[in-house]
Amino acid sequence: MNVVHQVIAWLTDPVHWSGPEGIPVRTLQHVLYSLVATGIAAVIALPIGIFIGHTGRGTLFAVNLTNLGRAIPTLGIIILVFRLAGYGIVPVLVSLTALAIPPIVTNSYAGVRSVDPEIREAAEGMGMRGRQVLWRAELPVAMPLIMAGIRTSTIQVVATATLAAYVGLGGLGRYLIDGFSQRDLPQVVGGAILVALLSLLTELLLGRLQSLVVSPGLAQRGAEAAVRAKVQKAA
Amino acid sequence: MSSGPAPPLAAEVIRWSWIGDHLDDIRGNLVQHVELTGLAVLFGLLLAFPLALAAIRWPRLYGPILGFTGVLFTIPSLALFILLIPFTGLQIQTALIGLTIYTLLILVRNIVEGLRGVDQDVREAAQAMGYTPARQLFQVELPLALPVIMAGVRIATVTTIGLVTVTALIGWGGLGQLFIEGFTLDFTTPILVGIVLSALLAFAADLLLVGLQQRLTPWARSGR
Repeated sequence: MNVVHQVIAWLTDPVHWSGPEGIPVRTLQHVLYSLVATGIAAVIALPIGIFIGHTGRGTLFAVNLTNLGRAIPTLGIIILVFRLAGYGIVPVLVSLTALAIPPIVTNSYAGVRSVDPEIREAAEGMGMRGRQVLWRAELPVAMPLIMAGIRTSTIQVVATATLAAYVGLGGLGRYLIDGFSQRDLPQVVGGAILVALLSLLTELLLGRLQSLVVSPGLAQRGAEAAVRAKVQKAA
Repeated sequence: MSSGPAPPLAAEVIRWSWIGDHLDDIRGNLVQHVELTGLAVLFGLLLAFPLALAAIRWPRLYGPILGFTGVLFTIPSLALFILLIPFTGLQIQTALIGLTIYTLLILVRNIVEGLRGVDQDVREAAQAMGYTPARQLFQVELPLALPVIMAGVRIATVTTIGLVTVTALIGWGGLGQLFIEGFTLDFTTPILVGIVLSALLAFAADLLLVGLQQRLTPWARSGR
């Protein structure tokens, strides 16, 4: 097909691989935005989710946050924030961060919550105190779900950062948006391929990371948790 | 790119008269949103059922099916829609196929889990009563699996309602068109209307599906 040749030509053209608008720079930007947004989201969301799961307080909040996170259209939020705050990398990153929080809160909550009470009692029976029970028994057992939430969030941020190119954010989304306004189909499709590859690679790497931080005895649980968490939100 | 707009006055954030003047357009967007969502979930179910039945009949297939639909689910929606453009252009098929693909992971998983959760004793009782496999599936197993399947349909529907707005970037979008309109006009009201209506639509659809499920499974007491 003709388009396929054009896309391959676009992707392999050395011009597109250099300079500030080249594929390496755009990819790096995309990775950087995603890392910053997910990182800040994790720092905010993990303590909240773990607190709710550990104490059982605010359960309703966690459940509602899932539903709200799923119902709110990310593209609308990005455009609204742009409209109210004007373009700036900070407002965009703040919205990406905010949108990344719900999956981490709900999954870390669900992870800690789902720890078998017998495990908790066994830890207490071994003489562990509140904090020790949390750090040495609950968190390791909850890790598959916690990681699943972080994976879901990261993938969502990579996707939403692509959408944010519409209001001017850099990254790979630029090829999709600019290509559209220039009616340059090879650029649009080439960019979409790069975005898809970046997402799949991110998922793959996070999967590896998950198997590193999750105890081998819980690996099966980790795989199931990943699928369950994944369906929380598409972007 | 337009330069940063002046900070809007509080009174200007929502201009009610604009909503009144554009009720017909908004209604049109809403109808398109509902149509795209309904069709995508319907096609998703039609595809997910055979896939789920195959996964149950041949358990070895379940892993690869989940893996493949999972890979598709991981691709950002805008990229997926665009990757379909060389094949289907900017027609509505592009939006519909993409949206349908996104429902598959959720639906296949919940149909398989639902059917697998049916008590073995119930299956054997149906067999002993002389049910053919097809009748057993439709009259015994599916009704019992319905709560889990409906939970999947609810997630798929709410997710699709959000994703429909993204198709505004390829010329469709339902209520998502209001985002584009607000962006091009530098005007907040349509954006807010789009966000609020699409969130309300998601909640309404979810409630409707809960109600439907309760009617379909009067023997089940709890909603899940």
